[in-house]
Amino acid sequence: MSRIWVLLGERLALGVVTLIAISALIFLGVELLPGDLAQQILGQSATPETVEAFRRELGLDQPAVQRYFQWLAGALHGDFGNSLSNNRPISELLSARLGNTLFLASFAAAISIPLALTLGVLAALYRNSVFDRLCNVVALVCVSLPEFFVAYVLILFFSVRMALFPSLSNIDAAMPFGELLYRSFLPALTLVLVVVAHMMRMTRAAIINVLASPYIEMARLKGMGRLRVILFHALPNALAPIINVVALNLAYLVVGVVVVEVVFVYPGLGQLFVDAVSHRDVMVVQSVGLIFAAAYILLNLIADLLSIVSNPRILNGEG
Amino acid sequence: MANLFRLFAAAPFTARFGMIVILIVAVIGLFAPLIAPYGETAVVGAQYEPWSRQYLLGTDNLGRDMFTRLVYGTRNTVGLALLTTVIAFTIGSILGILAALLGRMTDRILSRIIDVIMAIPSLILALMLLTIVGTSIASMVFVIALIYVAPVFRLARASAQTVVVMDYVQAARLRGERLPWLILREVLPNIASTLVAEFGLRFCFVFLFIAALSFLGLGIQPPTADWGSMLRENATLISFGDVTPLLPAAAIALLTVSINFVIDWMLHRASGLKD
Repeated sequence: MSRIWVLLGERLALGVVTLIAISALIFLGVELLPGDLAQQILGQSATPETVEAFRRELGLDQPAVQRYFQWLAGALHGDFGNSLSNNRPISELLSARLGNTLFLASFAAAISIPLALTLGVLAALYRNSVFDRLCNVVALVCVSLPEFFVAYVLILFFSVRMALFPSLSNIDAAMPFGELLYRSFLPALTLVLVVVAHMMRMTRAAIINVLASPYIEMARLKGMGRLRVILFHALPNALAPIINVVALNLAYLVVGVVVVEVVFVYPGLGQLFVDAVSHRDVMVVQSVGLIFAAAYILLNLIADLLSIVSNPRILNGEG
Repeated sequence: MANLFRLFAAAPFTARFGMIVILIVAVIGLFAPLIAPYGETAVVGAQYEPWSRQYLLGTDNLGRDMFTRLVYGTRNTVGLALLTTVIAFTIGSILGILAALLGRMTDRILSRIIDVIMAIPSLILALMLLTIVGTSIASMVFVIALIYVAPVFRLARASAQTVVVMDYVQAARLRGERLPWLILREVLPNIASTLVAEFGLRFCFVFLFIAALSFLGLGIQPPTADWGSMLRENATLISFGDVTPLLPAAAIALLTVSINFVIDWMLHRASGLKD
């Protein structure tokens, strides 16, 4: 049992180190900007005095290492400094949008995970049938489609042709929950279509992999039904890779929202990020980038931890 | 030639479909100026003209011919994706083989840098890098190539590690061959097939990546025709129920699906898997 704690601890420490390395990289990237941040913002026509004053206001007169730690400490407290384009505190911009993005990602996850698992089990159950082949081709097609294509096709059919759902999901926190679900249905559906195929294929592969084992044959020889064998004998043993894939796809969801949010004008972090990049608002880009990277690393970390925990060999101390 | 035909005939329907689409795209890309009826950026009519004999697929938001833009877009989008993938593979595989050959500190330092790059989601990393270097075609190619060096490095390093311990590599080292010889003549030929299989897959990712960045307005800049930004420029037309703006996106989808069908079949053949 102690071995598993060592493994978990190692993985956790590695995650923290990666996160710190990435925050340093993000900070360093801005330092590498050609010229000076203050000069960049004020433009060529600014007098040396104004540039100097602005440098002091941004804290650029202090050494880089000191500023990095100040920035990191601020970020840990939720204080990301001020936006360059409108001078408002970034944390103010972030708080509502982070909630919206997480809402959209969880909405998509709530639909896609049960759907993918069911389809995966069914495909494994009826493998090499017409249903399985169809699932395979559709999955391959879905994986290759760009998100914005899926999004616009959904808009064309569900909001323009049939007028069922709005094409712009301009939500805000004051709306009732049902309204929120209704307005963010199309972006969520887009994300579902993008991730469900991968999860389904991996679930199918994991179960089929287990189906070759002798104990499955034993269960079949006892006269058990195929569905029962898959649900009670194969699935528990295929759980580790499936959990891993689900967590990886959740990580993808958090990042994949960027394009979808832009298409649906959804007020989330992704849209803020793209706007900030096109305005070259470095401070906002830094902060949002750090949040995205942190969420991604965290979910990957959880995937790793869960696959360690769900491996019976390591759990029972045999490994 | 006869062998190629037999291979083609033996392929499943999906793979045959994919190969035909790839061939068509290649021909359109190569002979774009001959196929397109107008100039790439020429304004030839009013805005948003409907489909007609004169404008095959209508005109776009500035009155440029959609069909012409689509044809030139093939050349620009696919060409740039190809260029980017080639750069990423050249740098990635050379660094990967180098890490496997030299080992020790070189290997450790390179691997750690690559680990950090791989730990950041690629779209986020690309957007942050683009903020720093600014948006232009050159910087987009540079940024995407840099990001895709990471997975290529890992693959090349892993496959090269099994080769560098072989006797013939040891013999070459003892003969006193220099590094370029070791990389190009001893290791690379033995891992080339793995890298080629990976190339198709990575090309798809790079292609989608370029399309997504251009769609966000951060990749290929106007007035250059490309499939991602064409959708962005004409997206308003969709709210009137017109499918024309979806054509470039459909072209992107069709090409990636086709490449994936072919790769899927090739992997299936190579692995000899039945299930």
